[in-house]
Order: sequence, then structure tokens, then C-alpha cells
Amino acid sequence: MCGIAALQIRNPALRGELGGLMHGMLCEIVERGPDSAGLALYGSERLTPEGSSAITVISDADPGVLADDLRALLPEAANPAVVAYAESILVNAETPASVLEQAVRAALPGASIVGRGSNVAVLKGVGHPVELADSYGLTSISGTQALSHTRMATESAVTAVGAHPFTVAEDLCLVHNGSFSNHASIRRWLRAEGVEFDSENDSEVAARFIAWRMAHGDDLTTALEALQGVFDGFYTLVVTTADSMAVVRDPIACKPAIIAETDDWIAMASEYRALAGLPGIEDARIFEPSPGVVYTWALAPVLEGAAR
Amino acid sequence: MTLIAAQPVTGAAGGDAATTVDLARSSVRELNRLLHDADDGTSFVVESPVGSHNIAVGITADLDVTVEGDVGYYFAGMHQTGTATVHGSAGVGLAENIMSGMVHVTGDASQSTAATGHGGLVIVDGNTGARCGISMKGVDIVVGGSIGHASAFMAQAGRLVVCGDAGEALGDSIYEARIYVRGEVASLGADCVEKEMRPEHLAELGELLQRAGRSERAEEFRRYGSARNLYHFKVDNAGSY
Repeated sequence: MCGIAALQIRNPALRGELGGLMHGMLCEIVERGPDSAGLALYGSERLTPEGSSAITVISDADPGVLADDLRALLPEAANPAVVAYAESILVNAETPASVLEQAVRAALPGASIVGRGSNVAVLKGVGHPVELADSYGLTSISGTQALSHTRMATESAVTAVGAHPFTVAEDLCLVHNGSFSNHASIRRWLRAEGVEFDSENDSEVAARFIAWRMAHGDDLTTALEALQGVFDGFYTLVVTTADSMAVVRDPIACKPAIIAETDDWIAMASEYRALAGLPGIEDARIFEPSPGVVYTWALAPVLEGAAR
Repeated sequence: MTLIAAQPVTGAAGGDAATTVDLARSSVRELNRLLHDADDGTSFVVESPVGSHNIAVGITADLDVTVEGDVGYYFAGMHQTGTATVHGSAGVGLAENIMSGMVHVTGDASQSTAATGHGGLVIVDGNTGARCGISMKGVDIVVGGSIGHASAFMAQAGRLVVCGDAGEALGDSIYEARIYVRGEVASLGADCVEKEMRPEHLAELGELLQRAGRSERAEEFRRYGSARNLYHFKVDNAGSY
């Protein structure tokens, strides 16, 4: 099955409640995928402080040792900070994400890097989704957008690396409910184009495809429209960037999806019950996304001086 | 999800007054056990459903169950007798495999509404998602709004009435059900064709609309059904196997 819950906050006054609202949504999708889970949290002052980048690496390395190693590898002003959230180690530093990623790779050769960007923090692991969320301190996190996934594995092993979201380019996250049938062919084709992969997971191929298209000039909408012409299988996808969120379903649309929209927020979930606790749900516009249609919502720019 | 085994029932026990069950304090399992043990003629009001799955599944007595709010998957699945009403919307598989009796949703319903239903009447005042009436085997379905794609797929018996529009591939591989649509049909599925609206069709449609409390007139609808071309193997296709 797998469960998805996604929330984009439109009203800046509600950004302090992002984590609490997402926690409520996550609790209702646990039964759809209790083996592992992941979260992508955008615009959090705690996880992605202004002016810093964030890298998530799956490792059991000692955070203090890793911080020392990174200090030696990075310019002095980078000021790296390392926090372990179970299997996910979140690293922040005042450098571009690409520079920090190189340093983390040098410090932890062979470890999987599962999150990267300056606006998003990715945390994922194996275990009960609510226990994982609690270990991340989700309820106290503020921000602009949150994306969560509870996994019932079908196509590859139950590991933290195989959990969703897949974040293969800076600030670009993908979660998937379903399974792709032609992912092996597309992976071979992308490898021939020079794209590197972290896992044998089918959903990673979709994330790599979108990132590859966007690197070649597509925006999120056109990249997802291109995906529809290439990928075969069952899918409900939610894809987020630093400033937008998109939903798309395959033309058969077996995998569930429901969207609720108010002036204050946009929410998508696998099941209505995950939306039932959101403030103002009784007056929300609620609909099921049509098969084969790409829905995209841009995050409204925040005025100078407002909460980030 | 909290399961509180506190006293689930408030209000009068027996008599004409409805028994109220608050799902903020009782589990769906406790509610359904209560419904399965209830006598004919009993009424229930269910509060705080907040999209829970499997509410009022498997009712076999002549009950009147009203839910105040939105329900999740499989509401009133396998419904046998009595009336189950939702003042709100319903999730996937509303009244799946209904045998008889009536299920009424005042809002919208998700995909696979009344799937495989053998009998009874399912009314959705709003819209439904994809696959409404998939493999229907005798159920009557009246939808006040529009229905999604692949509806009445492999429908075998019963009537599907749509006051709005129908999505792609309506009635694909249909056997013998009758479909009435008032609005636009995006496309017909394999072996589904428009058919003449004869007096007996106007009569049965008028009766269904009236039972569902609709104000539309039977003359405003068009009828669709099976061309019966898929019933028999065509020797011309032998080379395809």
C-alpha cells in the first residue's frame, strides 16, 4: 500500500504549526505502511537555519567525530553542526550544499546521502512511523511544507535508504505509492546518460528522472508530464521543491489520493482521515485528483519581515 | 487511533429513540458489534466518524443507521437490510457487495462505489470517483453528480443512473446492466453502446429517480448498454491466440 501525507502552508501565521499538523496526518497513514517512514521538512529554522545548507546521511557514525572531520574538511567559516536522528544524520554548514555533500562523502566514504539542499531537511528510517517522527521532534518543527511517507515495501528491501522521500537533487523530494514496472529499463537508460543511482528502488528512478529533466530545463510540471509518457505502472506521486508541491496519478489511478484546499493550506493524503484533523477542513475544497493530470501549487512568497 | 472500551451507548435503550454512538469514545469494532446484535426496527446515530474505515459493515437486521460526518473505506459493505445514511462524504468501496436495503450518502463518494453489488439501492447525492458500479451484479445506483472513469466496468446486472457526466470508458466490457446518463459521456468502453430509450426504460428510470429523491426527469437521460459483441468468441480472432 504505502501512505502519503503532504502539507503546504499558505498562511505564514500557520507556519509554526507545520510539524504538529503533519504529525496528526502521519498518525492516520501508519497502517498503510508500518515498516519504515520518512519526512521532508521545508523552511524549518531548527533543521535548515537561514544561510546554511543541509545534508542527510544514513550512517551510525559518531556525530562528534563527524563534526570534527567536517571542520577539517570545510572552510573555517562553514561552522558545521551534526545531529543524529536515529539512522539519519543531519549535517548543517554555512556552505553551498554541493560543497557540504563533497565533505560528507570524504568523511564517510560509501555512506548513502539521502537528503540535500538549503531549504529541506530529510529524515528517514526503519521502524514505526510515529516513533520515528517523535524521535525527530516533529511536533515542534515550523516551516513551509512537509511531506511524509509510510512504506509497505514491495520492490526493494526495508532499509532507511529505501524509505521515501527520495531527494536526489537539492530541495527536490519525491514520494510514491505504487510500483513501476519498467524502472529497470529507465535506470539503464539514465545510467547511459551519466546519472548515478544509490539503490535498486523503483521510486528512486522516478526521482532521478525528474531531477534529470529539471537539470535540462524542465520545470516541475513539464518534468512530471514527461514522466507520464515514460513510466509504466501504478503511481500516485507527490513531488516538492523549495517553492512548490505537485501531485500526479497514473491514468488508471488505482492508488488513492485526496486533496483538500483552503486559503491557509493545501494538503494531500492517501486517505481522507489524514485530512480530517486539519484546521478549517469543514470548509475546505476537497477533491480526488483526476488520473493523468499534473497538479502544481506554488508556495506564496513571504513578504519581507514575516516569519520564514 | 484510540480504542476506549468505555460505555459506548448513550440515550434511550430500545423504544423509538435512536441510540447514539460517538466514535471519539468507541471503536468501529464496538459500533459494528452493536449493529450486528441489534433487533429489527432499531435506529442508530453515529457521531465523530472522522473518515474511519469499515463503519456499519455487514448489517443483517432492518436497522436505520445515520452517520453525522465523513466516513472512510467500505462504509456499509455487504449491506443486507435497512438503511444506512451518511451526512457527509464516503471513501473507497462505499456499499461494496451490497445485497439489498439502501445506502445513501449526501456528499461525494470515492472510487469503486457499490462495486460487485448484488441488489439494493445506493444513492450518492454528489459525485463519485472512478469505477462506480464496477462488476455490479444487480444493484441500483443513483448518482446526483458525475462519475469517474471505468464506471460500470464488466457490469452484469442492475441499473446505474448518473444525473451529471460520466468519465472515460463507461461500461467497458459490460454484460447486461442498464446505464442512464443525463450529461456528457467522455467515452464509451469496449462493447458499450447507446441504446433506444423505450417506454419501459422511461418508467423504470422515473421510478428510480423518484426513490432517490431526485427532481430530474427521465426524458432528460440517454440509455447505454451492451452491444453483446463480446459474448461469443469470433473465429476471425483465432489467430490472435
